Amino acid sequence: MKQIVVLSGKGGTGKTVMTGALAALVDNKVMVDCDVDAADLHLLLTPKVVERHEFKSGKKARIDERACVRCGRCLEVCRFGAVTKKLFIDMSSCEGCGLCARVCPAAAITMEENLCGEWFVSETRFGTMVHARLGIGEENSGKLVAQIRQKAKEIAKEAFRDWVIIDGPPGIGCPVMASLSGVDAVLLVTEPSCSGLHDAGRVIDLGKHFKVPVQLVVNKWDINPAVTEQIEKYCTENGVAVAGRLPFDRAVVNAVIQGRTIMEGESLGLKAEIIKIWAHLKGAIS
Amino acid sequence: MIIAVASGKGGTGKTTVAVNLALVLEKVDFFDSDVEEPNAHLFLKPDIKITSEVAVPVPVIDAGNCTGCGKCAEVCAYHALAVIPHPGKKSQVLVFPHLCHACGACSLLCPAGAIREEARNIGVIEEGECGNIRFLHGKMNVGEVLSPTIIRRLKGKVRPDAVTIIDAPPGTSCPVVAAIRGVDFCVLVTEPTPFGLHDLTLAVDVVRQMKIPFGVVINRAGLGNDAAEDYCRAEKIPVLAKILFDREIAVRYSTGDTLADKSPEMAKIFTELYQNICQVKNEADRCS
Repeated sequence: MKQIVVLSGKGGTGKTVMTGALAALVDNKVMVDCDVDAADLHLLLTPKVVERHEFKSGKKARIDERACVRCGRCLEVCRFGAVTKKLFIDMSSCEGCGLCARVCPAAAITMEENLCGEWFVSETRFGTMVHARLGIGEENSGKLVAQIRQKAKEIAKEAFRDWVIIDGPPGIGCPVMASLSGVDAVLLVTEPSCSGLHDAGRVIDLGKHFKVPVQLVVNKWDINPAVTEQIEKYCTENGVAVAGRLPFDRAVVNAVIQGRTIMEGESLGLKAEIIKIWAHLKGAIS
Repeated sequence: MIIAVASGKGGTGKTTVAVNLALVLEKVDFFDSDVEEPNAHLFLKPDIKITSEVAVPVPVIDAGNCTGCGKCAEVCAYHALAVIPHPGKKSQVLVFPHLCHACGACSLLCPAGAIREEARNIGVIEEGECGNIRFLHGKMNVGEVLSPTIIRRLKGKVRPDAVTIIDAPPGTSCPVVAAIRGVDFCVLVTEPTPFGLHDLTLAVDVVRQMKIPFGVVINRAGLGNDAAEDYCRAEKIPVLAKILFDREIAVRYSTGDTLADKSPEMAKIFTELYQNICQVKNEADRCS
């Protein structure tokens, strides 16, 4: 069983469109949507939820007003600005370190388990999908990503699936690292712009850091052919193989609006490119 | 007034809106708080004058004073400290700096006073200017995770009386909350696709929960459907501006070019956007 993650650095370059296309094309796989704070893959795959789990992670402080002696020691020690001047906990700032509870002389602070999201195992027309929904403004997205990836791996092992295909989050922070660790390859989808190049460069550095091979796809390459070449040259020089290019095509937006992957869409050209990209990627991994 | 530009979904045009809004305002402070992937500098091309390291305090164990009691590992909520027992000898404490949230619990609670803190760099804040725009951004080092910490430090440089634009990171989790906390107004940029709409609804949940007045900018209008506008109408959310899809804009974006300072039509869109922001903000102030 091999794991592939689709990443981009910059948002909106076509990660989910690419993952959706692979979901339609690749046989015998499990899909995972690791963009847990703005998940979109379900809009293409219309999953039917078969298992639903609460995601509890970390703790949050709570001050018992009746027991509080208003000494302000909690405010003094908190480094996250999570204790307000009126000695309330600002939940979205609390990082759950528990120092306030330990130093409170009146034992007025308790650390309560934090329900910060939900995750699901679902069935789709292209097979099993594991996905999640992080609560608004929550942290621990990296842990939620690790949790759903673990579940996808278990399903893949039990059912003898060949692939785990992961739709990754934008950026290079904790959910990205949790999406990337231990995978067999990164499929880096970028766009031909100075931002696309800049952000892809940081994902390539992250790939090096984790010693994971990276393959590049430039999406909407014909918006700026010169920048596309510049990105491909940069990648080749940095040990990143070029798996293919996709043109700008309104068929992509049309497919998304109809809740379809581009493999079910109207553009034969796009389908042919995706098949080539997959052949390249598969060849490089095995 | 502090205006944040956020979106939920990435790649909808936050940086385009933030940068061009800054260009029509001329005298403004600009903060790029997408510290994982900052891009605004590629468009504003600021002259960076000051670079400062962002460091967090991480524990260092003084092996001489350490009694191996294990209190530090017990109090660490992030498993950044581990006690390795050595039978017949004193236990040894290992520190994993990448897991540390710099809360200070271990050093404060060590009964032997054997933990001091040392600065560890996780990124930089760069400050400069382009014309009348004061420009700042944060840049997290590759492989680090404490982006909210860098964002909070960056926002520590906001001047209370200056008109300030904050370009926020994508998503709805802790980095976004850190970026938009305390702002006076939030512009949510979306695109007219099911992805754009879905993530807009999540972003709306965030700003409503944080009680920040907000409005929506629909970018690439015409490339997609009307669902985002229908949603805004149904939810009584003001649409502050619509930017039509134009392949030419995409090409100019790709080269790092700006819009509002190059064409009067574009300048008009962003000037009106600012007027609409002020109007919606004033109405919100009257209601509260």
